[in-house]
Amino acid sequence: MDWGALQTILGGVNKHSTSIGKIWLTVLFIFRIMILVVAAEKVWGDEQDDFICNTLQPGCKNVCYDHFFPISHIRLWALQLIFVSTPALLVAMHVAYRRHEKKRQFRKGDQKCEYRDIEEIRRQRFHIDGSLWWTYTSSIFFRLVFEAVFMYAFYFMYDGFRMPRLMKCNAWPCPNTVDCFVSRPTEKTVFTIFMIAVSSICILLNVAELCYLLAKFFLRRSKKAGNAKHHPNHENKEETKQNEMNELISDSCQNTVIGFTS
Amino acid sequence: MSWGFLCDLLSGVNKYSTGIGRIWVAVVFIFRLLVYIAAAENIWKYEHDEFECNIEQPGCENVCFDHFFPVSHIRLWALQLIVVSAPSLLVVFHVTYRENREKHHNQKLYRSPGQRDGGLLCTYLISLILKTAFEVVFLVLFYKLYNGFKVPRLVKCDVRPCPNTVDCYISKPTEKMIFLYFLVATSCLCIVLNLSELSYLIFKYPLKRYLKRHNKKHQ
Repeated sequence: MDWGALQTILGGVNKHSTSIGKIWLTVLFIFRIMILVVAAEKVWGDEQDDFICNTLQPGCKNVCYDHFFPISHIRLWALQLIFVSTPALLVAMHVAYRRHEKKRQFRKGDQKCEYRDIEEIRRQRFHIDGSLWWTYTSSIFFRLVFEAVFMYAFYFMYDGFRMPRLMKCNAWPCPNTVDCFVSRPTEKTVFTIFMIAVSSICILLNVAELCYLLAKFFLRRSKKAGNAKHHPNHENKEETKQNEMNELISDSCQNTVIGFTS
Repeated sequence: MSWGFLCDLLSGVNKYSTGIGRIWVAVVFIFRLLVYIAAAENIWKYEHDEFECNIEQPGCENVCFDHFFPVSHIRLWALQLIVVSAPSLLVVFHVTYRENREKHHNQKLYRSPGQRDGGLLCTYLISLILKTAFEVVFLVLFYKLYNGFKVPRLVKCDVRPCPNTVDCYISKPTEKMIFLYFLVATSCLCIVLNLSELSYLIFKYPLKRYLKRHNKKHQ
């Protein structure tokens, strides 16, 4: 069990996401999780061993390290990635629930059910409409909130995103104000800024996706209202056409963007 | 043999679980197992090396560390995850037993071996009760062993061969405390999920039977 398992779970959600959602997932996997595992963990690997204080007083180093790093950058990023990925599970659960209902209908021999066999239900891609739209939109909203909260926590805990070379510590049992030196401060600053930049990109993608979903929702509503007035039977044809276009757009995007198989 | 085995076990149980049971599996996978492997394990990795006492007396540091940490937090956490997931094996065994029985008699004995009725429902309820009990036991154990869920920066040790009362400093106490609180929160969430599932199952079947009888009377 590791980040690969999370990747498998989220890869399943990819099928039912919008194009922006798929780009977000790609950015998450390649520029955040992979960078964290392959590079950042090694940079912070020796952080306490190589945190040196200019004193021989036993315990001073431990206490100063704990004072300046209540929670390590690397652990905070790991938690951020876990929390930010979790709302996508809501969508996965909702899709699984819908699939379960369709299978139940199919087994009962319901005539409304338009599938030929159970395999087709398993492979089917659900459109983001009805209650699934609400679940999907809430998941994006929660993602945004978690990203913002973690970025603020970072900024608040470390007084900005720069890692200083030298910290002055006078926590007990250090006898006086003692100079403590952080290991690899420049490399850590570079990675911190990189992770913050990618978080910001993810926030922008989430905001764009939210606006896209809201715009689509209001557009559909106004079309329905307009059609109901003038052409009571026309709205179904329009919806099917729109659904087909959505399918074409998302399928073409799936081919160009690196996707993850379910 | 690693955590992958636990993942396979829980994924197998997922098939026979209720909706709440599946949420429980997701919480255990993501907020407990993944957090443990991706973050928590590394915090406690060098806990003994970084445990420092204000004394040169050989053996004093070892003895003090052993006195204050009879079992490390991280090992207790791992044990908790394993023990809490184990009752789910009962359900898997029961379903396998049903399937083998059908094969042995070469006829359909059950509507579906994985359907939660009769004996399997009892097994499922017992596994829920055991899971909840183990969660509570481990939380109490954590509380009693470490005098609460706080990790102090400094502990005073006077165990032989330390000559006097000696100051010993624990490494990364704040980070350890944050993750311990996280562990407690997720344990409590799992307890709540287990209790909700238990009440749902206990009230669902009698309610169904009552409604059936009520409808028959009216007909």
